[in-house]
This record gives sequence, C-alpha cells and structure tokens, in this order.
Amino acid sequence: MNPSLHIGHSRIRKEGRAKVTGAAQYTDDVCMSGMLYGATVRSRVARGILKGIEFGEGIPWDEFIIVTAKDVTGDLYVALIEQDQPFLALDRINHPEEPVVLLAHEDRYLLEKARAAVRLIIEPLPPLFDLEESLACREVIWGSDNSFKDILIEQGDVDSVWGAATHIVQGEYKTGAQEQLYIEPNGAIAVAKAEEGVTVWGSLQCPYYVHKALKHLFNLPDEKVRVIQMETGGGFGGKEDYPSLIAGHAALLSLKSGGRPVKIVYDREEDMVATTKRHPSRTRIRSAFDAEGQLLALDIDFALDGGAYLTLTPVVLSRGAIHAGGPYRCPNTRIRARAVATNTPPHGAFRGFGAPQSLFAIERHMNVAAAEMGMDPIALRKQNLLKMGDSTATGQIIKEAIDLPGLLDRALEKLDYTAKQESCRVHNASSSPIKRGVGFASFMHGCGFTGAGESYLASVAGVEGREDGKIHVLAAATEMGQGANTILSQVVAEVLKVPLEYVEVARPDTALVPDSGPTVASRTTMVVGKLVQEAAIGLRQILLQAGFLSEPYAGEAFSNAVKQYLAKNGHLKAYSQYSTPPQIVWDDQNYKGDAYTTFAWACYATEVAVDTRTFEVQVEDFVALQEVGRVLNPTLAEGQIEGGVAQGIGYGLSEQVVWNEGRMANGQMTNYIMATSMDLPRIRVYFEESPYPLGPGGAKGIGELPMDGSAPALLNAIQDALATVTPREIPLTPERLMELVESSNG
Amino acid sequence: MAEKMKLSLNVNGQARTLDVWPMARLLDVIREDLHLTGTKEGCGEGECGACSVILDGKLVNSCLIPAVQAEGGELCTIEGVASEEQLHLVQESFLHCGGAQCGICTPGMVMAAVDLLHRCPQPDEAQIRDGLAGNLCRCTGYVKIVDSVADAAERALQVAKESRS
Ligand code: FES
Ligand code: FES
Repeated sequence: MNPSLHIGHSRIRKEGRAKVTGAAQYTDDVCMSGMLYGATVRSRVARGILKGIEFGEGIPWDEFIIVTAKDVTGDLYVALIEQDQPFLALDRINHPEEPVVLLAHEDRYLLEKARAAVRLIIEPLPPLFDLEESLACREVIWGSDNSFKDILIEQGDVDSVWGAATHIVQGEYKTGAQEQLYIEPNGAIAVAKAEEGVTVWGSLQCPYYVHKALKHLFNLPDEKVRVIQMETGGGFGGKEDYPSLIAGHAALLSLKSGGRPVKIVYDREEDMVATTKRHPSRTRIRSAFDAEGQLLALDIDFALDGGAYLTLTPVVLSRGAIHAGGPYRCPNTRIRARAVATNTPPHGAFRGFGAPQSLFAIERHMNVAAAEMGMDPIALRKQNLLKMGDSTATGQIIKEAIDLPGLLDRALEKLDYTAKQESCRVHNASSSPIKRGVGFASFMHGCGFTGAGESYLASVAGVEGREDGKIHVLAAATEMGQGANTILSQVVAEVLKVPLEYVEVARPDTALVPDSGPTVASRTTMVVGKLVQEAAIGLRQILLQAGFLSEPYAGEAFSNAVKQYLAKNGHLKAYSQYSTPPQIVWDDQNYKGDAYTTFAWACYATEVAVDTRTFEVQVEDFVALQEVGRVLNPTLAEGQIEGGVAQGIGYGLSEQVVWNEGRMANGQMTNYIMATSMDLPRIRVYFEESPYPLGPGGAKGIGELPMDGSAPALLNAIQDALATVTPREIPLTPERLMELVESSNG
Repeated sequence: MAEKMKLSLNVNGQARTLDVWPMARLLDVIREDLHLTGTKEGCGEGECGACSVILDGKLVNSCLIPAVQAEGGELCTIEGVASEEQLHLVQESFLHCGGAQCGICTPGMVMAAVDLLHRCPQPDEAQIRDGLAGNLCRCTGYVKIVDSVADAAERALQVAKESRS
C-alpha cells in the first residue's frame, strides 16, 4: 500500500483552535444591531381546538411584534416528507408543545413576562398517548387510521416453519424516548424583508432542509432564501428537522418587524420538552430454531410511536425495520413495521435512526433465546451470523468478505470475557451484595441513506480554487463536532497531494455551496467525501490540461498553478454528483434488494457490577470493536465511537423521559440523567480495518454505529449478573431493575 | 424597573467598571456586557458547567452567580487563558488529543482542567474524572478529555524539568 499523506493520520481538527480558545461563533454568540429576541407561546394542551388567544393585562403589547398562523401568507405547513406539521397552529392542537403565538421584543425579561401573559383558549379533545392504543385506533388523531407508515419485509415462508421447529422463543421488548441533549440548545437568527427575502443563521445539521421549508413558508424563489450554518454545538439528529420551525418562526417575526434581526434561542427546558426525541418502540419477536440452534424463522412486529406529526418517521421506521433481523442469516423472515401517531411532540432523528430500537430487541432476544434453549449465547450467534454470500431480510446479498464470528471472538478476547465470566461466577457465589456479569451484542449499521435515498437526492459537492492558492471544499455537510471539516479536508489534500493547510472547508451557506444533502445517516465521510474526492480529481485535471501543472508536483507548485489559472480564467471550480453504483438495486415497493451500499459491523462487550441494595449499575469495562472500512483519522474516529457508546450507555441505563399527558415532565439536566465523567469507564475502542472500495480512502460510515450496540450489551450483562431476571425494556433505571428483581423474588 | 448599578471587577487582568442590572447573572454580564462569548450557556441551572469561569481563584458556574457578587473580584474567562499567540498547555492538549468535538463544552472544560491542575498538578485518572464531574460533554464520552488533561499535566512536568535543568 502506498504510504498516505493524510489518510489514516490523526490530523488536528480544522476548527479546533477556535474551539479551545472560545473564539468559535455559535448562534447565541452573535448579536446584531437592532436585534429583537423572539419567544414561542405553546399550547400546553395535548389535543383540542383553538378557540381564542387572549393577551393579558400589564404588558405593553403595542411594543411587541406578535405573529400567529393568520400572518402566514405562504405555506403554513413545514415542507418535509408530508406537509402536516404547521409552523403555527391554526385551529387544531395536536400536542402540548404546539407553537401558537410568536412574540418579539428587544427586552428579553419583558418578553418572558409577556409569554406568560398570553392565554390560549383551547377546547380539549380526547388525546391519545399510548402506542398500543393508537395502533388499535382507540381514537383517530391522524389520517384515517393514525398510521404514518406500514412496512412489510418478507423472505421465505415463516408460517411453514413453526411446526417443525425444535425451539420456538418469543419475547417483547421496549425502548423509551431519548433526548439528544446536545449541550448547545437549538437557536436561529433571521432577517426577513419583503423585497429582499430571508436570511437565517442557525445551529443546524441540514441547511437545505431549512432552505426548502423557508421557501414554502414565504413563497420565495430559491435565490431569495439563504441559510447559513453557525458553529453547531452538537446535533445527533436533534438539529435535523426542528431547525426549520425555529428558522421559520424567527423569520416570521423579522418580516413583521419590518426586517429587524430576530434571535430565537431555546433555553434548556424548552429545547428538551418541545423539540424532537428518539422514537419510543415496542418489538415482538417470535423465533424458531432447530435442535442445533440454527435460526429457521423470525417473525417480527416492530412499532414506533411517531408523535403528533409525520416529520421523518417513515424513514426512521424504514431503517429500524431493515435492521430488525440483526446481523443474522434467516431463511424465513417476516418483519411488519408500523409507525403511528400520538399526541406528543413529534419524535425525530437521533443517531441510529430506528436501528438502536430494533437492534436492542433482536440482541436481547438472542440472549433470551440462548437461555431458554440452554445454549451459550456466543455459540448461538456464531452459528447464525451473516457471512459473504448470505442474504439479509431484504434479500441483500453480502458481497464483502466479512468475518463476524471473528469480530465477535476478538471483542470478547479484548474484554477477557471468558476469564471475567468465570471470576464473576465465583464472585457472585459469595455473599457480596454486588453482582457482576458480562455481556455483548453483535450488530451492524447500514451506511448512507436507506434504499434509493441517495439516488433520489443526487447530491452535489465541489471544490474551488482560491486567490491565495488554497482549495475550498464546497458542500452543505455541516460540522457539528463529528469532524466533517477535517475529514473532507484530509480526503481532498490526499488526492491532490498537498499539505492539509492548503484545504479549507467553506462554511455551509446555501448561497455559496451546492446541496450535498443533509448531514445525517453516517453519509458525510462515505458519500460526500467521495464526491469531494472526485471533484478534487476533476479540478486537478483542469489544471493539468490547462498546462499550469505537470506531474509529479510538490504542494507549492499546485497552489501556484491555482493562482495562475485564476489570474487567467477568473474562476476555478469542479463539482461531482452522486450516482448509484451499478450493482446496487433496491425495490422500494416491496422492500427488496440492496438496502444500503454497505454496512459497518461491530461487536461490543461489557462488564457490569450491579449493587443489589441500590440497584445501581456500574459499567466496569467496555470494549467497542468495529469494522468501518479504513479509518481516515483515528483520533476523530475513536472520539465518535466513545461519544456514541456513552450515549448508548445512557440510552440503556439512565436516560428516561418521564411523560405526563404527552409532555416531557423532566425537561432539565437535573432530572434527565446523562453520564458525567465519573459515571463512565474508559471506553476501549478497536478498529478492524478492511478498506471499502467505494468509499473515499476506503472509508465507510461510522457516526451512528456506536449508538446501536451498547444498550443490549449492557442488558445482556445485567442478566448475566442477576440470572433471575430477564430485563426487556430500556432505560433499565434502578427503579425498574428493583421492580424486576422484587417481582422475580415474590 | 430597578436602576442599573456599577460593578467594578478585574477581568482577565484588566480593571473594568460596568453598569449592570442588579439581578443580572454573572454569565449575562460576561457574554452581553463584556462581549466575552467564549463562556457558554448550556442549561442555566448549574448542571452542565459550560458557563465555568474562575472567580477569585475558584471554579464557579457563572449562570448561578449574581453579577453583584463579583464586585471587586478577579475574574478569569476562557479568553484570559491563552495569550494572543500562545495557547495554554491545556488548550494544546485538547487540540492534540481530540478533547474538543462540537466545542460547546470545551471552554468550560478547559477552565475546569486549568483549575484542577492548579489544585492538583499531577492528577491520576480518578482525580481527573472527579475534577471534571461538574462539566457535561455529550460528544466525547470523556475519554479524550481525560486524556487531554493527563497530557497537559505530563507536559507541564516536562516543562518544569526543563526549566530546572
Ligand atoms: S449554563 Fe451554567 S451550569 Fe449549565
Ligand atoms: S465536545 Fe460537544 S459537548 Fe463536549
């Protein structure tokens, strides 16, 4: 292999210096002259009919900019998949955080008082909060049957198997909502003027989603809407669709004020309570095995609570459904997946996007099945793990030479699983109130958009030569901590054979960068990275053909060539557009074929200690081993895995959203519990590198994978520690664990 | 509404006098009156540590402190940690070890690390984890932050050795 210049090296984060000095500019750090602050008045009633709005005494209302649905002249509904979610409620209230009135004023303190003084008259209708009740249509609150999406994936003939199977194992598994809890809350600043159009600066993942939503809201042509991403303090999916609402709100207020800048930054509670969270789920699995433990059939019923509006739910459901069978070969599979409405704020994207829910179920189920059949969970998995030539539930043939049993072995080895399991048994036989156990999960994550998503999107990214001889990457891919700036720069610097300092990533600004798609789905490195790599090759070709560059060259010669070319021709840009690799075929009607161009594969293993007096679970050790193609930047890649595992541990053990009448009741960092540095072990990360031929520098997607496997690995370990309980629901908080233990004792 | 009042304090080595609302939080004065936006607000309730600053030698959450309490005090914010061209050792380590991802917790983390190394120049991993327990990070899982602080401590020791020899 050629020694590479940048690929595989831990290059320092491009915008790192600005971040460690505090110089980086986040949305709330920006203050514009004449700026007003905006606030949102919300319904507080889960379902009803809006009868009136009253503005209470003691507030100088004439000083305020006030906007309601009646002020909207364009499309009142957020343009996404289905236009069902209003920017502002017109007459129907469908969840307790429905925005109804917007207020703006230059005095933030008075604004808060005013917000509290607005009274909404709402005639209540019977709400629906429960997933099962919505599935049963106990009340119809959306469409004709509450259904956002219904998917059926079928392979073989499940019903022919039950009679002949040696073992049939059934189980039901549940996962709760989860808050993204980026440390920078959502926020946006807008300037909107009737003649000039709308400009928005914000904390956001997908500039072109916001762009589209604003175009419809104000009925404007493309060029009159401009969306600029500010430094973004974490997203994890939570800044994928909701920023469209905030941007729209700020812009509506600005327009009504005659074009003054309006800033809306949510406080922590508003952010937690009103914006999207991970979809709660329920999965029922019925499985059949032969005497040796070969999987014969899987019949899976997967259901998601989508909240009040459709938003991204069908796509979340789709990914969840496709991952529901886990990394196993099973000749007869039926996956029925449904997502339905409830009167809670819409659930949305969160790292993993449906897969953590369904993978939790199957990875718990494999352990439950092993226990019921009296088999070792390692042996059971090894018999059934996919290998090259096998097909997944959608009939996708695995074309890579994967070695999942080997991955499993090596993860267990890193944990020292066998020795630890033995010492746990010895320890647990003692009278100690602390019980120890080990567990693991095998899983995969599809990289990039599901099915035909990438083909529909047909993303474009580019590179541009600049006067100073540098190259700018032109993409709408947003940096939100995951390292996009650095990775895209490394890819470009590698193919151009120039120092990393010669490459900069232009700030995502819809007036300046093409639509390279949303920054989601573990697609930035693999998909956008490939596009900028191709664009860079194109740009070099231009320089070579124009005679300004000849190979081989040194970095300086390249930048001189850029300068000379620009002096003569004025501009130097090259673009590349996505096209689906020829061997990838997907049938969206029947959910058949290549759901993803490739998968990242992993096995996570952990050791836990359970205190049987407090029911606290301490994660003693955690090994995260994965195959993600070639690792482009080890420090950044490890950081992604470590952070994802930490979120996964929270998902499994502590991060409980408490619901009260459709509203999150614990919308504070004091009572929604994410891990501190004291709560976590040193997460040990290992990569098995096997270059993926279609990825830039051999890379696959990585961002979401670590969210998928932590929770089931932990619960498997807790079951190993306690033996008498079979936990099937996360988060497994101390209270829940106590109940389980007590009911198993009693 | 109440009158604004005078507040005099030393900010990153410079004497400053400001007119502030009597109920203003120290965080608001830092961000809005002093325009030092490196100090962040993550929760406004003392949980996340994004607003950490050092006041009179102690690490505090500036969102919990009434600005008037800083009267006559000495305040150090993230902007006072590095000199113009030279990063602080802790900042360098955060850069090299990958301690900053989205960066929103980073200024607070850096302040907490500077404070920790001041109190305890050679902390072990448990002491580092304890010293940073008031600062939440959603991106890193803390591994690389802990490594950054350990790296800074080690390099500080090297620097001390070199200057002795
Ligand atoms: S903003 Fe002060 S602790 Fe979170
Ligand atoms: S780096 Fe994002 S919260 Fe710490």
